[in-house]
Amino acid sequence: MNIDGLLASLAQLYPPDRLLRQPGELTPYESDGLTAYRSRPVAVVIPETQEEVMETVRLCHKHAVPFVARGSGTSLSGGSLPVKEGIVIALNRLNHILRLDPQERIAVVEPGVINLDVSKAAAPYGLYYAPDPASQQVCTIGGNVAFNSGGAHCLKYGMTSNHILAIKAVLPDGEVVHLGSESTEGVGPDWVGLFVGSEGLFGIALEITLRLLPRPETYRTVLAAYHSLEAAGHAVASIVASGLLPGAIEMMDRLAIQAVEAAVHPNYPEGAEAILIVELEGDAEQVEEEYKRLSQVIQNSAAYAVRVAQDEADRQRIWKGRKSAFSAVGRLSPDFIVQDGVVPRSRLGEVLAEIERLGAAYGIRVANVFHAGDGNLHPLILYNGREPGAYEQAEALAGEILRICIRLGGSITGEHGVGIEKRDYLPEMFTEADVEAMWRLRCAMDPAQIANRGKMFPGSEAPALRAIGLHPLERAGVISRE
Amino acid sequence: MTTIEDIRSAVREGARLLPRGGGTKPGLSTPTEGAASLDVSGLAGVLEYDPGEFTFTALAGTRLAEVQALLREHGQYLPFDPPLVEKGATLGGTVAAGLSGPGRYRYGGVRDFILGVRFVDGHGEVIRGGGKVVKNAAGFDFPKMMVGSLGQLGVLVELTFKVFPQPPAYLTVSRRCPTLAEAVASLYRLYTARMDIDALDLLPGDGTATLQVRIGGLAAALPARAERVRALLGGGEIVQGTEEDALWRDAREFAWVPSGWALVKVPLTPRRIVELESALAGKAPLRRYSSGGNVAWVALPEPPVTLHAPLMALGLSGLAVFGPPGQARLGVRLGEAFERRVKRVFDPRHRLSG
Repeated sequence: MNIDGLLASLAQLYPPDRLLRQPGELTPYESDGLTAYRSRPVAVVIPETQEEVMETVRLCHKHAVPFVARGSGTSLSGGSLPVKEGIVIALNRLNHILRLDPQERIAVVEPGVINLDVSKAAAPYGLYYAPDPASQQVCTIGGNVAFNSGGAHCLKYGMTSNHILAIKAVLPDGEVVHLGSESTEGVGPDWVGLFVGSEGLFGIALEITLRLLPRPETYRTVLAAYHSLEAAGHAVASIVASGLLPGAIEMMDRLAIQAVEAAVHPNYPEGAEAILIVELEGDAEQVEEEYKRLSQVIQNSAAYAVRVAQDEADRQRIWKGRKSAFSAVGRLSPDFIVQDGVVPRSRLGEVLAEIERLGAAYGIRVANVFHAGDGNLHPLILYNGREPGAYEQAEALAGEILRICIRLGGSITGEHGVGIEKRDYLPEMFTEADVEAMWRLRCAMDPAQIANRGKMFPGSEAPALRAIGLHPLERAGVISRE
Repeated sequence: MTTIEDIRSAVREGARLLPRGGGTKPGLSTPTEGAASLDVSGLAGVLEYDPGEFTFTALAGTRLAEVQALLREHGQYLPFDPPLVEKGATLGGTVAAGLSGPGRYRYGGVRDFILGVRFVDGHGEVIRGGGKVVKNAAGFDFPKMMVGSLGQLGVLVELTFKVFPQPPAYLTVSRRCPTLAEAVASLYRLYTARMDIDALDLLPGDGTATLQVRIGGLAAALPARAERVRALLGGGEIVQGTEEDALWRDAREFAWVPSGWALVKVPLTPRRIVELESALAGKAPLRRYSSGGNVAWVALPEPPVTLHAPLMALGLSGLAVFGPPGQARLGVRLGEAFERRVKRVFDPRHRLSG
């Protein structure tokens, strides 16, 4: 590793205002959405062109210095946590929508483009980009691709991976590859599918071709309140059994509801132990018929209050409560960990009871917000990082929840990725041979292991320093965690 | 081969192997000279299915027909609409070939519904990737990598898929357009319309072209939705019932391809339809554009390799599903640099290069 050699070369490539070295300049890059970890890189570079990114990667390879690509730094798994002996490549200025072809329903974007900006650009044509992580106002497409981000509409529309048609990427040793095409169909192995979700270990996506969808003509959003989580869980099972395929089925527990009420006043029914949000969408006539069926199912469930969005503003109000749940819970506690485990939908009740029992045993408050339709949990584990041992306790509880997810046949991550946070659990979900195969593939793409080193694979790096409190951007209300 | 151990031994013995399931895609499952066929059709059976989860897991040699019959009992289906079901295609063959049917237009192709995979790699190791739940982001996405892998990265042994509730009723609007250009213009109107369409196919004729537009959902809403499709098409005949069913079954089963002809899959976008039509004039008598013009199915009596040069010239790729061995991949080859690296990991000794 030759960091001095790299820095000298980078100084040739970048003007001083795009090659950051001073501690004060580096601070904002020290952590991401996984606020418990912090690590200061040697330098941050801010490329403005694809060529600069390629050249930077080639220089890192030549000098064997690790790099971490970063967009808006909203990763909840520590996916963009810097490596302390390496550099950060900040891609925010590669933020151009290079081409938008409404007829072909395609957008070609650079990695620093903000998720929501794609849908905004497509809106005049009646199109949108379906994946909608809660941080979509700030998170970038490059990060979405690296971590195969999800959102509230995955059951019906899939994750990021299902909406990426082609990728031009620079591999960690500097080779540039073109994967996929503009067609939704392909010939030969699905390399785009393999690249998406590779957590930055296969290099940096420079140009991404996105599939756009026509916006659903109509939405019908229903909110139902329950006196127990179990009753809400049964309602989810009945909706699924009814043959309906809602665009979203979301759930929140009492602690989350209270936090949301205090923060954004969505005016949810009082006294709810659980709230369910179900959204139908599609052709007006079809949604009307589906709504009749859904109403019946909900009437037959134990809901004690049901509310239907009367107009778009009302719909947005219902969603605002759900989408701000994480930051609202942040007000209840100085620190929290967001979990992302998945269980088979039929085991939701079981796992929630287990989480409640564990929370009581640890004496730790846990708020639950989740994508019920996907069985994707987001327990928010509250702790105070200033209390000695509190973080360790919270992390231990989080680990127990992950093990339950694995035991029930689920996954350690539904949409946040393994990152640094869950890397020790990868071998619990997969066999030694599986992890070994993944590792060999990583090495085939990146022989020097310089791209996002320390992520996904267990024990590959010393733990970073721990931090306390909300991320500065989160405190400012700019980012939220999902 | 009926056990995973058998497959591991066969791979370790070192002969060049090409897996074969139902053998419905001879262009992809017939070994080239010096290679041996590895029959995996005995490795069959559904292992797990819970309708409430929208998922099932089955051995790779399981026939699609068996899976579909099981799903149908619970009002569910494979939304990627796999082809060649009645001819005896298997789950593994469908994934390895990377094939989806006309119904893939609505929710996506086989790549969008595969959740988990187990395969025997070229070292004889059993590797698992993905998971058994509908949402999962842990580890590299081996399931997607195996879609279209043609048996070159591993022998598929077990697969997990996402399924959906099946629309209870369908209806098709068929519209014959006087010119190809007009048909493409209509196709674009539907492609970008804010409506839910299950399948959108274009069938070129002699200068003319027919659009077939399928919608599915609750029966009560279908007539009104069909009228909206007709409005966008400027008319069109409504096809229903068994006739409608047969129309899409014939598309899915490639019943329109004469026996003994080659069949080539060509991914493209609607913009390229006119160009491909002129390039194929006189070379391939039958074509069908499916999934809103995202794939062309091209049938010809000559060996598929005759399409290699025209596809190259257009910058398109082709996959000869029916045809002699050794001519499967036509036209441009995408992602070769990536491919070399992956092949080195899973099959460095080229045991899976039949």
